[in-house]
Amino acid sequence: MMRCHRFHYESPRTLREACARLSDAGGEAMLLAGGTDLVPNMKRRQQVPPTVISLRRVRELRDADVSDGMVRIGAMTTLASLTTDPLLRERHPALFKAAAQVATPHLRNMGTLGGNLCLDTRCNYYDQNYEWRKAIDFCMKKDGEVCWVAPGSPRCWAVSSTDTAPALMALGAQVELAGIHGERRLGLSELFRDDGIEYLSKKREEILTRVLLPVPVPGEVSTYWKLRRRGAFDFPVLSVAAWIRRDGQGIVEAARLVLGSVASRPLLSPASSRLVGSPLSEEIIQAVAEEASSLAKPLDNTDFSLGWRKKSARHLIQGALRELRGDDPRSLGPIARRAAELVPVF
Amino acid sequence: MSRAPKALKVVGRPRRRVDARAKVTGQTRFADDLMFPRMLHCKLLRSPHPHARIRCIDVRAALAVSGVKLVLTGADMPIPYGILPVSQDEHALCLSRVRFVGDPVAAVVAVDEITALEALDRIQVDYEPLRTIADPLEALATPNPRIQPYGDGNVHKKVALEFGDVDAAMAGADHVFEDVFFYQGNTHLAIEQHAAVAAVDPDGKLTLWSSTQTPHYVHRALARVLEIPAAHIRVIATPNGGGFGGKSDPFNHEIVVAKAARVLGRPVKICLNREEVFYCHRGRHPVTMKLKTGVKNDGSIVAMDLQTLLDGGAYGSYGVASTFYTGALQTVTYQVPRYRFRGCRTFTNKPPCGPKRGHGTPQPRFAQEIQLDKIAAALQLDPADLRQSQIAKPHSLTANYMRLGTIGLSECIDRVVEGSGWKTRYGKLPWGRGIGIACSSYLCGAGLPIYWNTLPHSGVQLQLDRSGRVTAFCGATEIGQGSDDVLANLVAEVLGIDPFDIRLVTGDTDLGPVDLGSYSSRVTLMMGHAAIQAAERARELIAQAVSAKLEVPPARLVFGERRVFDAQDPARGVTFAEAVQVGEAMHGTLGTTGSYRPPESAAKYKGGGVGPSPAYSYSACVVEVNVQPETGWVDVEKVWIAHDIGRALNPVLARGQVEGSIYMALGEALMEEMDYRRLPKHLSSALVHKYPSMLEYKSPTTLEMPEVITYLVEDPDEAGPYGAKEVGQGPLLPVMPAVANALYDAVGIRVDEIPITPEKVLRALADREAHRCGPKNFPRIDWPEPLRVPPPWEGGDGKAENEGPRRRREGAIVAPDVVQPGLAPHPSTPEGRREKSAEGSPAPEFPEVLR
Repeated sequence: MMRCHRFHYESPRTLREACARLSDAGGEAMLLAGGTDLVPNMKRRQQVPPTVISLRRVRELRDADVSDGMVRIGAMTTLASLTTDPLLRERHPALFKAAAQVATPHLRNMGTLGGNLCLDTRCNYYDQNYEWRKAIDFCMKKDGEVCWVAPGSPRCWAVSSTDTAPALMALGAQVELAGIHGERRLGLSELFRDDGIEYLSKKREEILTRVLLPVPVPGEVSTYWKLRRRGAFDFPVLSVAAWIRRDGQGIVEAARLVLGSVASRPLLSPASSRLVGSPLSEEIIQAVAEEASSLAKPLDNTDFSLGWRKKSARHLIQGALRELRGDDPRSLGPIARRAAELVPVF
Repeated sequence: MSRAPKALKVVGRPRRRVDARAKVTGQTRFADDLMFPRMLHCKLLRSPHPHARIRCIDVRAALAVSGVKLVLTGADMPIPYGILPVSQDEHALCLSRVRFVGDPVAAVVAVDEITALEALDRIQVDYEPLRTIADPLEALATPNPRIQPYGDGNVHKKVALEFGDVDAAMAGADHVFEDVFFYQGNTHLAIEQHAAVAAVDPDGKLTLWSSTQTPHYVHRALARVLEIPAAHIRVIATPNGGGFGGKSDPFNHEIVVAKAARVLGRPVKICLNREEVFYCHRGRHPVTMKLKTGVKNDGSIVAMDLQTLLDGGAYGSYGVASTFYTGALQTVTYQVPRYRFRGCRTFTNKPPCGPKRGHGTPQPRFAQEIQLDKIAAALQLDPADLRQSQIAKPHSLTANYMRLGTIGLSECIDRVVEGSGWKTRYGKLPWGRGIGIACSSYLCGAGLPIYWNTLPHSGVQLQLDRSGRVTAFCGATEIGQGSDDVLANLVAEVLGIDPFDIRLVTGDTDLGPVDLGSYSSRVTLMMGHAAIQAAERARELIAQAVSAKLEVPPARLVFGERRVFDAQDPARGVTFAEAVQVGEAMHGTLGTTGSYRPPESAAKYKGGGVGPSPAYSYSACVVEVNVQPETGWVDVEKVWIAHDIGRALNPVLARGQVEGSIYMALGEALMEEMDYRRLPKHLSSALVHKYPSMLEYKSPTTLEMPEVITYLVEDPDEAGPYGAKEVGQGPLLPVMPAVANALYDAVGIRVDEIPITPEKVLRALADREAHRCGPKNFPRIDWPEPLRVPPPWEGGDGKAENEGPRRRREGAIVAPDVVQPGLAPHPSTPEGRREKSAEGSPAPEFPEVLR
């Protein structure tokens, strides 16, 4: 099997201790949550931290509570436990659906919400073992000079492949980051940067500690649609998270439409605002899907051809909005049908 | 024959397989589970270049790593090997040339894997990159640099055969259909990675445990390369966690650990990682095909003309056989009065292709079954009826001299047509939904062994003792298909005991008689006959003794219910253990053997060694799809499949094989591909597998598996044990074309290539004229004059009219031309070094190795 490199392993018990260890390591250390992203990356030598600081014993990071109209979810909450929370499923279906579609049951048992938000960006030229990458003379994200997806490009185009981030962005979530100098709070869209290498604005000395979600008011609905080859296992090649709030007459008061896996970060669509001020008519849905899909500029570095992914964007956005309108997802084609059949794993 | 007629007690009964308990409780010991005291670990350094000359290998820094025990390079094992005698083109580690990214160059043996990996990183190899060949078109156009020193430029093999005057028949046909198809390559994706452990026994002999389907051929390769007597080598095939053809070649890593164990005197283990398994490959050849068929107005075939172009990868492997197989079985499903086949295999700088489930036949089957659907549409015939009307004739010779036995295809078609509601649903379902049908046939074991010999293909030895114990010894290899269960099943049937009573010793070249291995769907038929013969001989001996004791004529004795008793007075009898005791008392220690060799083939022409089999299985399949026209997304919703198995020895296992075939076939049909990436030429010479991982090489999960309705059709064939035919490969074949045909019914498009991705569906939907996605044309190939063999009904005798004197003994190996002109002894052999090769190519170069 593939083996990790040799590294120091630390497992602090408190957040304060974890922050101190991280600071001591001077930016060289990496944080281990569920390990489902970091460990395979270490085996492939994409990441070779001399020190790995595990957060598994930091109890504070597993806390969850509701106060001041906010749901707080600890970053170490496993994806599996999100999918077995009936309240979450009712209040924040976009997050439920996103979490339930990450990888496989085994990986969701290990993988965490914080880990999924900080998921390394992905690329078919990068997510390969050391020998393969050596055969192409590496790429700029690790050990090389060129971005093979766009060889003339000065930047890395690796793809944000997290399922939960688009959902949380649509839901208006915030995250809290902790370091030795204290805590700070960021809106989710501020957490991500448009760069395949430096894709997080979280500093290396900071720990993502919790996610804050507003408790929904009546009239709010949300969903998450994920495009991938198979009904399990695969990372998204395109995803759509949508959230709206309607008044008693069905007029949309606020809306957020977020595209995932089309860039190095999740993208909040400017077309979101076009949803506001009228009911979700088919005409509006078509127009918004048309406009929002133009944002999707996929590159040839995930599964499926980029042309097909681009063509499918409009379909996916339409479907998500129709579901919010109240259409039965099972009538909205195979992708929605599969998602609708998701059963929480208890 | 003393056997009294009796009902079958074991054969045909659904049973838990004999190795089920070990497997479901996790106790089966696979190769990677083996641990020995003082065992060392091996890792291979693989080429990062698709094609390069090795100038120098510096292993000094690797040897300096603490814990490293040995570093090997190609010069340590310079003798070439290969599965076919005509393609002895592989080396345990590359000599002076690497031919694909992943070709192994050096090996490190160390105290643990991580130490070995660290040492690998310190080996310096100086490469001189060479021009790369990425696909067959480039190979045809680029004779130099040659990837292999044999063949013609980068063409490995061309074959041309003609059975009757095809052009004349085409001229007389009412309609001629001509189509071009492409079948993408894909790999086996066995869950278990290849692993092997070698150890030197206390007496100095060598043992290799390996996850191989063919311990006998590995045994031969080890003896050849290591230059030690075969009798001093023992190969044990551990239970395979899936094979599917991917573990049928002798592999680099097996020879390397054997050599290392001999040098170091300590056990040495290697377990490949998933990337390395992709590089071992030997999977489905990508094949471009041009199929021309002449038919009468009623759709009946008057002639077929097939051309195939195979992308072979960098080595020969089974490729010569694969090339012939793209043509050999085209005549076995339907009546084809005249037939021309021309095939060409090219070398490319990619991992070698070889045999995968269905070996060479899914590709032309895909072509023919889609074309039949087009013929049916053009002539306004029902596709099921069209097939039903021209099924090959049972107990006949085909145009290319395949000897057919029973054919249950008609019933297979009836079953799936009825089950799927074909008559009321085909052509009548709403837009987006459709059903398609396809049929196929497959061989039950290759009629000839890989290397020329007149020996049995399978042997079984039984040993019985006074406790009533029966042990069956056989070289056959359990790869998950149920080989062990078949052996126990048949011995138990004959001796009237329970399969669980039998102890099995299989896949061990020291302990069991030779069986050629688990490939070509040969085990049930060939090992089965050997097992029955051995068991019947044991039965004779016991019956003779029991007859004397009970004073009952042997012919009246029944072996059943763990007893031997008088058919006329069942109370009068002895237990099986007592029966063995009286047998042992009369004859001495009881042991018998049985063996099997297939009947001689009717095909006497060069190339006729590929395709003949003692029997052929048949399948028919209907697939229902749901297509979403906006995205091109295809969901396979249900599959009905009927398989003519002759007789199901254990229906539980047989159904498992059918369902597994459907799963694998749907992967090939919809998503799996061995896809390669060549980076922009001005920046890089890289030519790499696009995604050698189980995450990105897409294969269906359980969630993609549709409902499957399986019908086992039993039309016993006298050539099979209790009438049994194969089931491991045949049911895969009709599924891919049935999916493609269902798409036509659903949305009116033809996708003439595999895999059928959503993108291709959209492309076909966007094609307003042809409603098609697929290759446009077949490349021009300079074919040799075909060997002309008149079909049996035109006075032929199985020989070619225009064939020169045969250069080899009659009926030789699977690869029909052992002595290929231009194949001089490999330059790296001592032999080859003495006499320079025929073309006067430069003397072999060994790279400099700095130690």
